[in-house]
Amino acid sequence: MTFSPDLEARFEKLLKSYPPGRQRSAVVPMLLYAQDEVGAVTPELVEEVARRTGLAPLQVDEVVGYYSMLHRRPQGKYHVQVCTNISCLLRGGMELWEYACEKTGLGHKQVSADGQISLEEVECMGACSWAPAVQVNYDFHHNVTPEKLDSLLDSLKRTH
Amino acid sequence: MLYNEPHPLETKVLTRRCSLPDSESIDTYLATEGYQAFQKAAGMKPEQIIEEVKISNLRGRGGAGFPTGMKWSFVPRNSPKPKYIVVNADESEPATCKDRVLMENDPHQLIEGAMIAALAVDAHAGYIYIRGEYRYLIEIMDKAIAEAYARGYLGKNIRGTGFDFDLYTHTGAGAYECGEESALLESLEGKRGIPRIRPPFPAVVGAFQCPTVLNNVETYCAVPAIIRDGGAAFAALGVPKAGGTKLTCLTGHVNRPGVYELKLGFPVKTMLEEVGGGILDGKKLKAMIPGGSSCPVLTAAECEGLTMDYDAMAKAKTMLGSGGVIVMHEDTCMVKAALRIMRFYAHESCGWCIPCREGTTWIRKLLQRFHDGMGQRSDISLIGDLAKNMLGKTFCPLGDAAALPTISIVEKFYHEFEDHLNGKPCPYETKRLVAV
Repeated sequence: MTFSPDLEARFEKLLKSYPPGRQRSAVVPMLLYAQDEVGAVTPELVEEVARRTGLAPLQVDEVVGYYSMLHRRPQGKYHVQVCTNISCLLRGGMELWEYACEKTGLGHKQVSADGQISLEEVECMGACSWAPAVQVNYDFHHNVTPEKLDSLLDSLKRTH
Repeated sequence: MLYNEPHPLETKVLTRRCSLPDSESIDTYLATEGYQAFQKAAGMKPEQIIEEVKISNLRGRGGAGFPTGMKWSFVPRNSPKPKYIVVNADESEPATCKDRVLMENDPHQLIEGAMIAALAVDAHAGYIYIRGEYRYLIEIMDKAIAEAYARGYLGKNIRGTGFDFDLYTHTGAGAYECGEESALLESLEGKRGIPRIRPPFPAVVGAFQCPTVLNNVETYCAVPAIIRDGGAAFAALGVPKAGGTKLTCLTGHVNRPGVYELKLGFPVKTMLEEVGGGILDGKKLKAMIPGGSSCPVLTAAECEGLTMDYDAMAKAKTMLGSGGVIVMHEDTCMVKAALRIMRFYAHESCGWCIPCREGTTWIRKLLQRFHDGMGQRSDISLIGDLAKNMLGKTFCPLGDAAALPTISIVEKFYHEFEDHLNGKPCPYETKRLVAV
């Protein structure tokens, strides 16, 4: 597999970050950074990461299943994550999640037909004092109201 | 940037630079006594550094509250193996969002804290394990690390001291369990984040099977101030046996939620009424969880006269934990709160230990059924019994973390479970949980 020069540079730096013989450490970061570029953790990506870290593909594959941010199928271009954990729940996170489902016509971990938006109900993302919180890809949105979510979802549509 | 206004009752030690313009840059850091503590520590013997940290009464800020100086002293100094510094920035305990504030606004303070720990145990490499969701913080930390290398504060022969130290960021990819120290080390080694049995503890066998100092972000961030101003000054800010300040995340039903730096021993009442601006919508307090969702819940009556410190919380049979305060007012359904908390632990259980794997899912199902109005009286005690059967029966504290809040909610709000019996709709649900 070939990756962008930026990602190749990142891989090179990662593989040098760990003690000699400990290149396996780079597996999770490599998978996550590559997923951002490739769109999903595909079987080819698993093989490629295994090759570069000197592991058997199965050793990489068993890691993929453990981490909730690693996805085997592509998500939407904009992955909208709504937190409903306790601090968000107390601030209307559950209502916000229900509203997001209604508004997009999508459910948990579903992707829109045009591939633009996917939805996920997530666990605590560390924005508890500014709840309820939403993350679109890696961008945080704090103190989200249904109105704010409306304009956020509209802006995601407009920019495609 | 800060996401909430600071409060006059705060004591700014770790967050003192957070409101400055360009607070994350090395220039701001150097202009405000930055890296002076490292220079001072480089002239001290390692035992003196550890002694100063012991004097400061600094206790682990990730949740367990273990004395930091003592933890460092467990690292075998004459081990032939390399030693490592690991920063736990996998902030995932529900209601906790403080490490974010420290890394985003003052990344060099964290770097300097890690460097001083490295001097104390003779480590020459360190890893900052940052949860995957905090991608922007990885970028901020990488930039700060690059600045530190460029100015000679990281790398070989740092500022002419003869000391070498390399620091790297490492991203997680979504797993609460990896905030547990031994699971974090497994994850750092490129494996599934499954806990290790202890002993041996990470101080002896940690990262890459080598002696390792592993602390929370906030713990490392306290170290520069301790070395710069002396352990005694830091200790004096807090209470006996717990020095300094604690970053406290007020969440839930308060008028001014936010992250505030408060002296240890700060009165709960003042924290809620003054700092937090009172209970949301002028309602009455029903319950509070003081240190992240894994701590036992306190009733409003139990909060009276209570202070925010490790020993006071232990006396009240709960924990100061990570400082994530969950405030719940009178309209909160405690069955729903227990359910949401258990849903989280059932989702995050790594599946390694059977009592946790089976127990969390079983209790989640019981609580769901209960909240849906299909619970039976015998379920109430079953929920409590199942939770008690997870306590102390797992490799890592996730089993306890799931059990403790559940047991306390069943015991202290038993009547709310009864209110859901006989197919009655949730009596609290009618007044929606909260106003957005």
